[in-house]
Amino acid sequence: MNKIIRKQQLTPETALFEVEAPRIAKRWKPGQFIIVRPNAGSERIPLTLVDGNKERGTITIVVQRIGKTSAVTVATPADGAFHDVVGPLGEPAHITSVGKVTLLAGGVGVAEVLPVAKAFKEAGNYTVVLAGARTDSLRILREELLAVADEVIWATDDGSFGFAGNVVQLLQDVVKASGEKPDLSHVIGPIPMMRAAAKATKDLGIKTYASVNPVMIDGTGMCGGCRVTVRGKVRFACVEGPEFDAHEVDFEELTRRTKAYKKQEVQAYEAHKCALGLQAH
Amino acid sequence: MPPIKRNPKAPRQIPPEVAPNVRVQGGAVEVAGGFTTEQAQVESLRCLNCKDAKCVEACPLHIDIKSFIQHIVLGDVASAFDKISERSPFPGICGRVCQHELFCESACLLGKKLDPVAIGSLERFCSDHHRQFNGKAPVVKANPTGPKIAMVGSGPASLMASFVLAQRGYRVTVFEALHRLGGVLIYGVPPFRLPREILDSEIARLEAMGVKFETDVIVGNSVTLEELFHEEGFEAVFLGTGAGLPFMLNIPGENLIGVYTANEFLTRINLMNANETGADTPVNIGKHTVVIGGGNSAMDAARWSKRLGADTTILFRRGRAELRARAEEIEHAEQEGIKFEFLGAPVALFGDENGWLNEMECIRMKLGEPDSSGRPSPVPIEGSNYRIPVDTVIAAVGQAPNPTLQRTTPQLITNRGKIVVDVNRQTNMDKVFAGGDVVRGGSTVILAMSDGLAAADAIDKALKLQQKEVEIVGAEA
Repeated sequence: MNKIIRKQQLTPETALFEVEAPRIAKRWKPGQFIIVRPNAGSERIPLTLVDGNKERGTITIVVQRIGKTSAVTVATPADGAFHDVVGPLGEPAHITSVGKVTLLAGGVGVAEVLPVAKAFKEAGNYTVVLAGARTDSLRILREELLAVADEVIWATDDGSFGFAGNVVQLLQDVVKASGEKPDLSHVIGPIPMMRAAAKATKDLGIKTYASVNPVMIDGTGMCGGCRVTVRGKVRFACVEGPEFDAHEVDFEELTRRTKAYKKQEVQAYEAHKCALGLQAH
Repeated sequence: MPPIKRNPKAPRQIPPEVAPNVRVQGGAVEVAGGFTTEQAQVESLRCLNCKDAKCVEACPLHIDIKSFIQHIVLGDVASAFDKISERSPFPGICGRVCQHELFCESACLLGKKLDPVAIGSLERFCSDHHRQFNGKAPVVKANPTGPKIAMVGSGPASLMASFVLAQRGYRVTVFEALHRLGGVLIYGVPPFRLPREILDSEIARLEAMGVKFETDVIVGNSVTLEELFHEEGFEAVFLGTGAGLPFMLNIPGENLIGVYTANEFLTRINLMNANETGADTPVNIGKHTVVIGGGNSAMDAARWSKRLGADTTILFRRGRAELRARAEEIEHAEQEGIKFEFLGAPVALFGDENGWLNEMECIRMKLGEPDSSGRPSPVPIEGSNYRIPVDTVIAAVGQAPNPTLQRTTPQLITNRGKIVVDVNRQTNMDKVFAGGDVVRGGSTVILAMSDGLAAADAIDKALKLQQKEVEIVGAEA
């Protein structure tokens, strides 16, 4: 059991948790992830590490409600605990000193990009975060982003704040307007967004890393469920990733594979919501 | 007391089994029952009580088989259980999953002319009898106070090493990466072969002896080997990290939806209960499943597939004689209506526009010269390709040692992923020992346990020597 130290509801469907996990807090690096089981019997879900505090022995994660298990996780009370937390898993992000780095983040990717952006800045780069949200009220961690990056530019799908459109269009817009492109790009967020970012940055000739999030069970290289084809080769995202060269990832296959349990996920989530509704009455 | 009347010519007793048509409906229900007291009596009276009992030697744990059987002969099952317990706290596990036909029973003298004594079933009988009538396992030694030893992984090798070291007064902590204990016994072996309460109760026996267990700790990632020594005060480490890296088929289409490694398929069901309605971790099973391989994992996956309602075929590139699974599991699979297709191998997999598997191409094989495994090599017959409809393929084609620890401990010497050890199970690193599948590649539960036994002896010896040295140095100062 890992005790929750702090819970902050960022949006109605997204929550930040600071959780007791001294071993992970001590060893984690930006770009790595953990596996969480909110309750006994829950699925093992991979979540990117947002922060870690060695002294306090805590780690920070941000979870968005998507299916049943993530909903249960988000609903865990501030004085509660997660049944299992294991990690840190995966390879850390490739942090190099190249000059100017643009980081594209969408959804909870905005939280997950924080430590990576910070690490790039500490490595001597000029960092620009292009952060996306559906609408103004869903923008998360605005102050935190400003604290770790040289520049933060927001895009909202409905144009209610900042650039009207998604972060990929924003990148294209920024490059066009300034006439210069970054030396390196990093992308983290929903698969369709990463897929579009990979295509756009390839066209623009910007070397780009993507942090992929396939279906995963153990997270230690045992089950092979997280297989991703990278440059024609089968790779296990849990141990060889989660970060790969975005231009070499077979996003079409990744998209298909993440839909393998769509039917069961929808059913489980509906049943879960139904049960919650019954409890409320 | 009347003289004991041995009857070696009595037929070998067959334990009751749940009928095949019932057990394929029953999911996790244990297939093999245990001996009745009467059966155990008849079977133990078949034992010749050899002066030089070869079975004891043939058992990798050297359990005093001859003696425990004689206790059953006398009707003293409690003493029989205690006799086994001197060497192994796991009669419930070994009585169910050990390949007795390759070890003790293969050495049974009676087997030269008649069927060998059913030692495995007798071992299980003692364990079941004890559980039923005595309940609690005997505490061998509580609150150990000796040096701290870390076990990495909670599979058979570590469990056995923990038992021996705790017995000798060492303080043992077992680190497990997953959220439940048992290693391959929990994620690999289905509950219809090894009920979870048996596994849990035999692990609980170690806990009663003072062994500590920490789940959700990946040594290498959550804590390094070096930190275990220098920051957490462990004086020796045993690496029993198993063979958790699945081999892929390396054929076109293996990333289609519906293609599983046996590890993923079995983990979803055995560890995450995907067979149960309402379980949070699901598994996709279609109408036609093909399991590729011929070992225990292949049998386990096929039998689960059948229990989940799919028409199931095991495709194996050699013949029946070359299957590597336990004889009992092969028979059980056959009884349950799993089809076997020998001398065939997959060539390619095909799917629909959404990436769902729907067809596979295979090729016929013939047997050629023996290969490095000592078995006839499978040779493809050119032009013999054929296609079959399929919606689930499970690759059970073997696995390599789990590389997590090796990756973060580059100074550890390995050979093709396997940790290299000397005869004492010592690695190239000081006070670091290893055993089980991480050393052997895919092997058996009982050999992993025997490695744990040998490593525990070596650790005991190494640390006792060290203590002695310290004393001498202290005296001189």
